[in-house]
Amino acid sequence: MDGSPPLLDVRGLTVEFATRRGTVRAVDEIDLTVAKGETLGIVGESGSGKSVTSYAVMRILDRAGHIAAGSVVFSGIPLHNAAESEMRDLRGREISMVFQNPRAALNPIRKIGEQIEDVLIRHNQATSRDAHGKAVAMLAQVRISRPEERYRAFPFELSGGMCQRVVIALALACRPQLLIADEPTTGLDVTTQKAVMELMTELTRQRNMSAILITHDLGLAATYCDTVMVMEKGKVVEAAPAATIFTAPKHPYTQRLVRATPRPGIGLRDLVTNPRPLPEMAPVVPGRLLQVSALVKRYGETNAIDGIDLHIDRGESVGLVGESGCGKSTTSMAIMRLLDPTEGRIVFDGETISDIPARDFARHPMRRRIQMVFQDPTDSLNPRFTAARSIADPILRMGDSKNLRAQCEALARQVGLPIDLLDRFPHQMSGGQKARVGIARAIALRPDLVILDEPTAALDVSVQAVVLNLLEDLKRTLGISYLFVSHDLHVVRLMCDRVVVMRAGRIVEQGTAQQVLEAPTEDYTRELIAAIPHPPQEQA
Amino acid sequence: MTDTLRHARHLIGENPVTGVAFALFVLLLLAAVFGPLLVPYDPLATDSSASLVAPSAKHLFGTDQLGRDIFSRVVAATRLDMTIALSSVIVVFAAGGLSGIAAGYFGGWTDKIVGRLADTIMAFPLFVLAMGIVAALGNTVTNIVIATAVVNFPLYARLARAEANVRRDAGFVMAARLAGNTDTRILLFHILPNILPIVVVQMSLTMGYAILNAAGLSFIGLGVRPPTPEWGIMVAEGAAGIISGEWWTALFPGLTLMLAVFCFNLLGDGLRDIVDPQRRT
Repeated sequence: MDGSPPLLDVRGLTVEFATRRGTVRAVDEIDLTVAKGETLGIVGESGSGKSVTSYAVMRILDRAGHIAAGSVVFSGIPLHNAAESEMRDLRGREISMVFQNPRAALNPIRKIGEQIEDVLIRHNQATSRDAHGKAVAMLAQVRISRPEERYRAFPFELSGGMCQRVVIALALACRPQLLIADEPTTGLDVTTQKAVMELMTELTRQRNMSAILITHDLGLAATYCDTVMVMEKGKVVEAAPAATIFTAPKHPYTQRLVRATPRPGIGLRDLVTNPRPLPEMAPVVPGRLLQVSALVKRYGETNAIDGIDLHIDRGESVGLVGESGCGKSTTSMAIMRLLDPTEGRIVFDGETISDIPARDFARHPMRRRIQMVFQDPTDSLNPRFTAARSIADPILRMGDSKNLRAQCEALARQVGLPIDLLDRFPHQMSGGQKARVGIARAIALRPDLVILDEPTAALDVSVQAVVLNLLEDLKRTLGISYLFVSHDLHVVRLMCDRVVVMRAGRIVEQGTAQQVLEAPTEDYTRELIAAIPHPPQEQA
Repeated sequence: MTDTLRHARHLIGENPVTGVAFALFVLLLLAAVFGPLLVPYDPLATDSSASLVAPSAKHLFGTDQLGRDIFSRVVAATRLDMTIALSSVIVVFAAGGLSGIAAGYFGGWTDKIVGRLADTIMAFPLFVLAMGIVAALGNTVTNIVIATAVVNFPLYARLARAEANVRRDAGFVMAARLAGNTDTRILLFHILPNILPIVVVQMSLTMGYAILNAAGLSFIGLGVRPPTPEWGIMVAEGAAGIISGEWWTALFPGLTLMLAVFCFNLLGDGLRDIVDPQRRT
């Protein structure tokens, strides 16, 4: 870097939170600098202090937290002891922020154009006369088509990706010098993520702005940032240019993080350190387990799924891929027999289960043979049940409840859940532990088919690596089949034998995982693959 | 469980009023259970020689026109008033709470029927409705309980409906269905325990209302019949005496009534803090 002082200079920043159990140090003496025009990526898993760092810079820590030590200097102004009135003036005008959930960041009952005007007028960037024109121009800059018309739209009328563009427009409206984006694309589809990230990169570059991208995705940071800083437990463990952090990580934690990130050209066992060898595949009678034909689910006038044909063989993993709203969840719910399809047949092991109404299926003997692992491990566990009670629930209802405790302990061992956690409630467990409870519950009755609905979407990447390996081990030892619903193509490639790509309620392409992901025949599949962040590759 | 206790202790430390409310509640319970055994005089025994005696060491709260000891009557009345309040709360929880959960969970026809029923009840001034019910069914303790339960039905049905509705599509409910639970089991063993804390808060607040309602009905002569000791009747009987200077006949039962209602309202606020996960860090 040249001799000019950096735009943002943070020295020895320490942030502490007062909790009932004493003071917790969330950020521990970190240093960081952002030069003019530079994009810095802060990467870390949940609880690493990456978001708290940015809140401290913006001085928007909640009342329990405070800056205990260190300095934050922004273009010569010390922010760590600036008055609140001074900060109010800086926020939005000099430093602005893009949050994770765009819908929550927008006022739901105000037109989006008016919200942009509000920001412009508050910071004296426009008068009430020219605000309208400037707001429309801003919408056009974030590539919202027909901006004049969309000016009058309410947030609920726009998709998640569109809302995030509006939030970016809001953040950039006053031409700030620094943009902080906190997980700006979490919850968005890969193609939307790509569009949003490219838009952000382009706009910041155009204006020679600096940016901080906070993310849990090392791949995303390495693709779109100049420098990447890795945080663990409130400390910076490594900071390096984006090009080298992926190819030559120095710190063991970064190495573990890089290793755990699913990427092309590696196998499932490469994600974890010191893996055990894959267990032998349990012998399964070859044959067709599930056959779905011409399945239609109609809601009013629209077809959520529109004529789906797919099949799963015994011992096979099939990936169901598509963006939000493509009908993959409806399909899995129909196969799960939690909702009744409008038309079509679902044949499971020779029996037509689509004839049994969903409300009676709970008592049907077939129920125990099709189970599911849910996307959100927190939401899918009853908050009033202990882990053991959750795992025991299917056994109590449909299994043999003799030696219940011993059965639960055996299942816990099988999914790698420490036995002493069995008596804990969900709020006393970590995300990974809750995921294990969910998996133990799903396999408790030895089902033939397990539907995995984005089972690792809510987990940190290192936990994801372990859980994916666990799922593969279980599949092999128990000889079960998986329907793996996901939007993460890297993960699908690691887990699945065959892949089915869905779009707008129809199947656009299906074939072996290798075929679909390496030589796709459809444009849409190609688009999906191209949208995955491509960080610099590891040298062989 | 120990977690909840620790949390409760923390909250009481933060807000001592909750502690006071709990202490008062325990006192009321003790009075209800043991009161009639411990009081110095028989609450029904009249003594014409000692009529309308002002409060003194012998008669703490004084005596009424018939020479009955007001302190003994106030303490003895706790049992009846608490019984009425508690049973109405239990009845309204069973009727309103359960039908509300069913309405929120099933939707459709169940929801429409429960919803319209609640709307119909809410179309009446509640105390007038309670009066009407007791007048029509007869002047008994059971009917006071029924009347109190009916007028509180909409509150419980709506609360339970809203809470069940947001949980209907939660992952754990779907998981319960996959585990082979029928709808009834899901309602009773999966959803109900989750909304119970919220309903318990409401129950505490209703207790206060139920006591007032019973006293109000008795006050206008539609509730418990004399000479049974009951706070409402005692206030009614003593009200005439205030003008002629016998203030104690109405004041002490009224004060006790106020304290009891106050206690339940504070208790409700305290319980809300205890069960609110937002305040648990």
